[in-house]
Amino acid sequence: MLLLLLGIILLHLAALVLLFVSTIVSVWSTSETSTSDLWRNCSTAVNGEYHCNPASTGEWIQAVQAVMILSIIFSCLSLLLFFCQLFTLQKGGRFFLTGTFQILASLFVMSGAIIYTVTSHYWVLGTYAFGYSYILAWVAFPLALISGLIYVILRKRE
Amino acid sequence: FVFLPSYRLICTQTCTQLCSDFASCCVNACVCLSVKFIPDFFLPVPEQSQAIVIYTGWERHALVGSDIRLSCSFFSWRWTSEDVTFSWTYRPDGSRDSISIFHYTGGVPYVDNKGPFRDRLEFVGNPGRRDGSILLKNLEFTDNGTFTCDAKNPPDIVGRPSSVRLLVFEKVPIQAGVITGAIIGVVLGLLVLIVVIYYLMRFLVARRVFSLSVSKHGKKKKEGSQQRQGPVPPADPSKIKV
Repeated sequence: MLLLLLGIILLHLAALVLLFVSTIVSVWSTSETSTSDLWRNCSTAVNGEYHCNPASTGEWIQAVQAVMILSIIFSCLSLLLFFCQLFTLQKGGRFFLTGTFQILASLFVMSGAIIYTVTSHYWVLGTYAFGYSYILAWVAFPLALISGLIYVILRKRE
Repeated sequence: FVFLPSYRLICTQTCTQLCSDFASCCVNACVCLSVKFIPDFFLPVPEQSQAIVIYTGWERHALVGSDIRLSCSFFSWRWTSEDVTFSWTYRPDGSRDSISIFHYTGGVPYVDNKGPFRDRLEFVGNPGRRDGSILLKNLEFTDNGTFTCDAKNPPDIVGRPSSVRLLVFEKVPIQAGVITGAIIGVVLGLLVLIVVIYYLMRFLVARRVFSLSVSKHGKKKKEGSQQRQGPVPPADPSKIKV
C-alpha cells in the first residue's frame, strides 16, 4: 500500500518537474545560431556575441505562455488536493477532485504544445528544429494524463 | 538638480571702497576680519547661471501615416527670456550622424525645408510657456530614430539635451503579457466561481433540508396525536358483535 502511494506521488512529481523545466528553460526551437522559446529569442551574431531579445508580442505565443503556466498551477493544486483528500476522505472514496485537476493540467499542456506546433512559423524564421523543451512538454502530457486517471480509479483504503 | 560647488572668498566686512567684484575688493582694499570659503550655491542666484533641465518623453509609438506630437519643455530658475531658443535634431536608427530639423530663435520658428521632414514638420509649441513641441505629419517607416531637443534660456545655457525615441509600426502591437494575463485570470476566476457556487449550493440545499425536516417533524407530531384517537371507536362494534 505504501509502495503504491509512493509510486503515485513520484509519477505526479515527475510530471510536475517536466512541466516546470519545459516552461522555464524552454528551448522550444533551435537552429544553428539561435534558440527561441516562449519568453525570449537568443542568438549568436557573426562576431560571436550572444544576445537575447524578448519574444515577439504575438497573440499565439502569449496564449502558449498562459496555457503552460496554467498547467503548472493546476498540477500543483492537484498535488495539494491529493494530500488533503488523503487525510479527509472516507474509506472507499475516490480521489475525483485530484484526478480532475491533474487531467485538466494534462489537457492544458497538450493544447499548449499543439498551438505551438501549428503557429510556430509566425515567429521563428528560417530552418529550425524543435528543441528539447518542446519534447519535454509532449512527454509531460501523457504522464499527467495517466497520473490523473490513476487518481480517478484509486480508492482509499485504511 | 546637481549643484557642483566651487568655492569663493567672501568678505565678512563691508568694503569702504567701490570695487569691481567682491573678492578683489577684499584682497586689495579692505581689511577682512575673517574670510570664509562659501560654496557657490549659497551665493545669490544672479551671480551664477545654473543648469537648465529639459524634458521630453522617453519613447513614442505611432502608426504609419499618422501624426505625432513630440513634446519638449524645460525647467529653469530664471524667467523665460525673450531670447529663448529651441532646437530639434534627428538621428535615424542605425546612423551616427544627426541633422538639425528645427530651430526657434528670436521669436521666429525655422522648420526643415530641405531634409527628410520638409513640408511634414510644424511648430505647435508655446515658447512663452516653455513649450517647444513639434508636430510630425504623415509618418513613414524611415522616420524611426532618435529626436533630441535642446533648449536654452539665456543666461541659463548650461544643460543637457534630452532625447525621445520614435517607433513607427504597421499596426500597434499588443503589449507583451496582456493576453497571457487575461487567459490565466479568466481560467482561475472560473475556478474560484465554480468553487463558490458549489459551496453556496451545498449551503442552500442543507438549509432547505433542515427547514423541511423541521416542518416534517412538526407534522409527524400532529399526525401521531390524531392516530391515537382514531382506532378507539371502531373497536366497540366488534366487541359488541362478539
